[in-house]
Amino acid sequence: MDDALWAGTVTYPGHESAELEAYLARPLGDRPRGGVVVIHHMPGYDEATKAIVRTFAAHGYAAVCPNLYSREGAGVSPDDQAAAARAKGGVPDEQLVGDVGGSAAYLNSLDGANGKIGVIGYCSGGRQAFMAACSLRLDAAVDCYGAFVVNAPPAASPMKARPVLDLAPDLSCPLLGLFGADDQYPGPEEVGVLSAELEKLGKEHEFHSYPGAGHAFFAVDRPSYRPGAAMDGWKKIFDFYGRHLAA
Amino acid sequence: MCTYLTEKIELDGAAKGASGWFTLREGLVYVDHPYHACQEHTVNIDFTNPGEGPSARVAVELTEEAAVALVEAIQQALATAPPGLASARRGAA
Repeated sequence: MDDALWAGTVTYPGHESAELEAYLARPLGDRPRGGVVVIHHMPGYDEATKAIVRTFAAHGYAAVCPNLYSREGAGVSPDDQAAAARAKGGVPDEQLVGDVGGSAAYLNSLDGANGKIGVIGYCSGGRQAFMAACSLRLDAAVDCYGAFVVNAPPAASPMKARPVLDLAPDLSCPLLGLFGADDQYPGPEEVGVLSAELEKLGKEHEFHSYPGAGHAFFAVDRPSYRPGAAMDGWKKIFDFYGRHLAA
Repeated sequence: MCTYLTEKIELDGAAKGASGWFTLREGLVYVDHPYHACQEHTVNIDFTNPGEGPSARVAVELTEEAAVALVEAIQQALATAPPGLASARRGAA
């Protein structure tokens, strides 16, 4: 059977060799394949994100989602880990880059890896996917409604996220951006500034903003889900990865 | 939208979480996406004790109406009790 998958929890070294918990899904066949690092949204390492990982595997990729809040303690439920991480202002940028780098190395160590790595992130993970693609040598990056790439978080926010537009000259791969036209974080103006900057720098990118969709339109377990935008978004993701992660 | 805004307060009391009772030290209040409630946004309240680890947490996700009703109920309950009856200073006196 060509469509059989393996999926489950794995561990591997992340930033500064700290042990990371992660969810891996990969096809059982031995056909060469690219790898995808999935960066979860701010609410954490949840069931819906694991379903996204399996969707990539069903489309022929080895995909892994590191639990970015692993350091909040083994045996702690993911929602409690997320709350603790939120109270600390999110994960440090340097740690995120190290964790994505560890995830890419892990994917490349698996049988059948073709050496191509894509990254995709949702919500806070959208900014993190952009940052990872500017800090590591990757082959394709997808930013799903990531805020604070261009604008700083509101002054009263405990989020430590700083704008990372200054990293754009180092973007190492093509970037696909998928946004909701009704979203405020990031708002259409912020998306426009990022697009213009990449244009100016001659960085390959493709942005789509969906009318009638706000933040988190891919989240099937939330009222923000917009089936039309999500289905078209998935199509664009697979087309994009098909072009950039093939052997 | 993610509001990313969080109100943090010091708390003094106790709460019962998944692993039993613990002493409360901190409260976090934010209007954002819930983890579990089937609403796009809720008023989320975390009752925590960071010193006892992330599992020392009671999480509540309320609609705006429910959160306002809770605030009013707390104020009403305090207004009908003798002033200072539940004060932290009372036990020390």
